Amino acid sequence: MSSVTLKNIVKRFGNFTAVHQANLEIPEGAFVTLLGPSGCGKTTNLRMIAGLLDPTEGEILIGGKRVNDIPIHKRNLGIVFQNYALFPHKTVAENVAFGLKYRDVPKSEIAGRVQAALELVQLPQVGDRYPKALSGGQQQRIALARAIVIEPDVLLLDEPLSALDANLREDMRVELKRIQDKIGVTTVFVTHDQSEALAMSDKIVVMSAGRIEQVGTPEEVYNTPASEFVANFLGASNIIEARSATGEAGGVTFDTPAFGRVTVPAARAAGVAGGPAKLVLRAEKLTLLEPGSDTAGLIAAPAQVETVDYQGQTVRYFIRLGDRQLQAINLIDERPFPQGATVTAAFRAKDCAALPGT
Amino acid sequence: MGWQLIRGWAVLVYLFMFLPVAVVVLLSFNASEFGSFPMSGFSFRWFVELAQNDAILRAFRTSIGLGLMTAVISTTLGVLASLALVRYRVPGANAISTLLIAPILVPEVVLAVALLLFLNFLGINKSFGLLLFGHVIFTLPFVILVVQARLVSIRRDVEEAAMSLGASPIQTFFQVTLPLMLPAVLAGGLFAFTISFDDITGTLFWKPGGVETVPTQIFAMLRNSISPEINALGTVMIVMTVGLPLLGAAIARRISRKSGA
Repeated sequence: MSSVTLKNIVKRFGNFTAVHQANLEIPEGAFVTLLGPSGCGKTTNLRMIAGLLDPTEGEILIGGKRVNDIPIHKRNLGIVFQNYALFPHKTVAENVAFGLKYRDVPKSEIAGRVQAALELVQLPQVGDRYPKALSGGQQQRIALARAIVIEPDVLLLDEPLSALDANLREDMRVELKRIQDKIGVTTVFVTHDQSEALAMSDKIVVMSAGRIEQVGTPEEVYNTPASEFVANFLGASNIIEARSATGEAGGVTFDTPAFGRVTVPAARAAGVAGGPAKLVLRAEKLTLLEPGSDTAGLIAAPAQVETVDYQGQTVRYFIRLGDRQLQAINLIDERPFPQGATVTAAFRAKDCAALPGT
Repeated sequence: MGWQLIRGWAVLVYLFMFLPVAVVVLLSFNASEFGSFPMSGFSFRWFVELAQNDAILRAFRTSIGLGLMTAVISTTLGVLASLALVRYRVPGANAISTLLIAPILVPEVVLAVALLLFLNFLGINKSFGLLLFGHVIFTLPFVILVVQARLVSIRRDVEEAAMSLGASPIQTFFQVTLPLMLPAVLAGGLFAFTISFDDITGTLFWKPGGVETVPTQIFAMLRNSISPEINALGTVMIVMTVGLPLLGAAIARRISRKSGA
């Protein structure tokens, strides 16, 4: 187990800069997720930690030691790939034993350790089979067993759940987290799936266009996004233009054309000076009410329902408020508002987070 | 009706192609002194004579030795070239690839004369080494085509996984890459062997005096007279050049079935 540190990492491919000045501290034993859309540089970062790519600039430290010049096969990492990458010509047991051969593990111990790893991923019976005979989910478990049996310093997971179908993905998510908790290995997980990131991580690193946008716990990045990109990437958000008016005790008051004055708690308006700003409001924090409902303590404005996207348990509305379109995701009480209905859109000021505007 | 005609035509085409071969095989078992119909009896006599003919035996040894060496050298070079072209970013990879494949496209006579003239120009005499060199040149494209096709289908992340587990690049090659492309390597080697074993055009140009391969030996024998021995020799050649690749294909299929690749 080791910490991982990226110091001013830059990676260029020709004229294209895939990673700009990445600085990241991954503490020992943490489960850290690199989250972002495809092409944001998350996989490039992972491959540099792995030693499959060399950084153009900057330093990578594993366990406090600079590893830039250490080739991948001497870094003692466990990597799980998106497409399993099992050795098709070796049995499951041979696959799992592969890394032990290069680690001076006595022959007598190998079988026991392989079996223990297979038990950890709950597939103790399949050692004699070839990977092709297993399902996708089973193959991915074997790939995980192969990566952890060598007791790696860091476990790197490159979108390991993306190739699985939806139900299996959720099972594997729980399973993966259980195993990581049990062995406590430092884990770097790459995904473009925000729900995976929110469910599994100790810390999420949100990336966009080669830059790290925000580093924080799942709650932090979800509730107080540091940028418009983060707000939109993690769930559905409304961005409301605003102008910071006054800072007062415990809050910052903003003037918004759409909703009038909104006072956001100071903790959720950090980094906003005077001038233009943006308020981020999660779609599920915007509630639609019957016109004329009691809106005491709420910020409210009349709106029109434009589109109704029925999802069973919840419904997602697109509403029009003057010349703005906003989204609201509400639990269904009795029946959803019909298209074209006039409603009152309301939210609590403390659910807003403020960002500096441009 | 139309289909019947096409079917009949196809049968005729196949007859035209394979009847002469069948006749050679059939006549090789003819007991008569003359290699022609009618057959006067069934006998292995010509095969026995073949086995006692020193010139032919020498030619056989030469051909097999030449074929094996060609196969080993071509396969080794072909695997290395394919690895470089598929796995690494080589400047001008496309041009190199085309150049390596080119010997298939250039008529063999042209290639044969060109190599000969070139070596004359350099003042190098014909030798067995030159013959081997020539054979390697025109069997290499086949090996590269077969091995490259296979290598492209081997996922890079399998090799990356091996390295991440502690295998050096060389260990990764022998533990993962080579076993996965073994069927193609064997097929390439067999191609190289049979093409070399069969070849006459290039061989006629490149062989030094006194060295005969089986095809050039047959050619030389035909110039004097048509001995029934030639039929027997032809039969042996057919068995070797058809049977070996079939055997190789069967082995390759077994290997890939076992590995499930």
